[in-house]
Amino acid sequence: MQTPVKYLARKHWKQTGVIALIGSIYLLSSYILKFDGLSGILAIPRAFTWLWINFRPTSNSIQYLPSIWQKLIGTVMLAVASTVVASIIAIFVAILGSKVTGGNSVIQTVVRGIASFFRNIPLVAWAMILLFSFKQSDFTGFLALLLLSVGYLIRAFMEIIEDEASETMLALKATGASYLQVIFQAVIPQIMPSLISWILYMIENNVRDATLVGILTGTGIGFVFDIYYKSFRFDAAGMTVLLIIVVVIALEILSNQIRKVIL
Amino acid sequence: MISNSDERLVVDPNDQQPKKIRLHEASLSRYMILSVLSFLTLITIYTLMNLDAAGVKIGSAVHGLMMTLRQMFLQPSAGSDGIVLLLQSLGISLLLSIMTTVIGAVIGFVLAVFASKNLTNAYLGGGIRIIMAIIRAIPTIIWVLIFSIVCGLGTNAAVLGLSFHSVAYLTKAYSESIEEIDQSTIEALKVTGSKFWVVVFQAIWPTIIASLVSWTFIRVEINFANAVAVGAAAGAGGIGYQLFVSSGMSFDFHEVGMIVYLVIVATLLLEFIAVKLRKAYIVK
Repeated sequence: MQTPVKYLARKHWKQTGVIALIGSIYLLSSYILKFDGLSGILAIPRAFTWLWINFRPTSNSIQYLPSIWQKLIGTVMLAVASTVVASIIAIFVAILGSKVTGGNSVIQTVVRGIASFFRNIPLVAWAMILLFSFKQSDFTGFLALLLLSVGYLIRAFMEIIEDEASETMLALKATGASYLQVIFQAVIPQIMPSLISWILYMIENNVRDATLVGILTGTGIGFVFDIYYKSFRFDAAGMTVLLIIVVVIALEILSNQIRKVIL
Repeated sequence: MISNSDERLVVDPNDQQPKKIRLHEASLSRYMILSVLSFLTLITIYTLMNLDAAGVKIGSAVHGLMMTLRQMFLQPSAGSDGIVLLLQSLGISLLLSIMTTVIGAVIGFVLAVFASKNLTNAYLGGGIRIIMAIIRAIPTIIWVLIFSIVCGLGTNAAVLGLSFHSVAYLTKAYSESIEEIDQSTIEALKVTGSKFWVVVFQAIWPTIIASLVSWTFIRVEINFANAVAVGAAAGAGGIGYQLFVSSGMSFDFHEVGMIVYLVIVATLLLEFIAVKLRKAYIVK
């Protein structure tokens, strides 16, 4: 039995230790990376002043609005398409690989391995490899987002199936239903709300990632931003960022409302 | 759904029995799922039909891709840069992700305390949440590019850009965890006359520590992926820059393969540590 005094003293030392550990990680990293904390902090107000002066969309940037808007909508649709195709692939793989609905342990391990592999290959690598074979086109952007989403969605869907569908599945199995009946009548309807919630999250994420993919592969909204940014048309670049903010926040609000209804 | 079926256990004798058993309950949730699904499918079909493939022949492109993948994964080599340089760059990317997560976690926790509905007044909380939503909506790469104009290309811009996004992300994640706390815990401490920060560190902190740890580690993984990406797209150094040079400039796909393997090992290592630490905190 610990006395309260001893317990509090230990707790105090432990807290100090954690704070010291975090502090030393920060100091060590900033030393190795040569990050100057003070000039970093001072750069923030400078960056925002610079943004306010240069990035502010002016009456001149209105002329860019239609072409930016068109590219942005195209990018959002590309993100939706890649997410939907990825989730169709992922749901079948997840059913094969989950502990509840899956086959033997060999198949489960293989599926887990594949998912982890796809998830961990950097987006940059996908984008550059695909760019090399498929050239600069929307299709390259689509494939890069698709390959990245598949890994994430397989893991997410497997967890959903294991968390939510096992009891329903047992109940239907008890009635003598076949494997396919169990999958299509019990498992898929049961997990549908969580599935859609994840698909919506992935779409939001892919819209943001599409900017990066676009900068690397020369497609969509990322390419537009990159052109304006590199040709010093900062007001147009600012307009692009403003529209990205509007669309991403609108998507977030929309998907939160949908989640409220379905979950 | 449960309450509906409970009511039906009591059968009113005057009630007419339905002729057909309805397999699916008609509900708002069901209609919403159906309409969202069909809407997403329509967009997908439309997009795929109109996808611009820039005249690339799919057959030969896939063949080329397979060749590249074989070079990458079956014959990886350190290339002209040498393994030492690659490991150094990997270390820089890892440190970058850990450091920006530390910054994000510390500032994010303070902001989350002020942003949570059950702790502060609605205006302050709402204000912080709106600002964080705007910061989050801007992709990390754009933050880094913006800061690189002021600080010059390099570590400072990368650290600031990654930290900005981390702060915004973790503020949201932490404040959602704080809002899930039972209000009576906070009330009980307030009644004893405890000050605001005492309530935060004695009641809130211990209650949500497990979810804090798991959110923070998710962010380390995201930041590592972002550090690699930012290194490539903004020239901010680290393994991402090496990846960009070897794939986009010298087309040495053997080296790309080596880098990809190194990145995979690093992420698996981070995941392993995260799982161990989470277990340690959840058991306590």
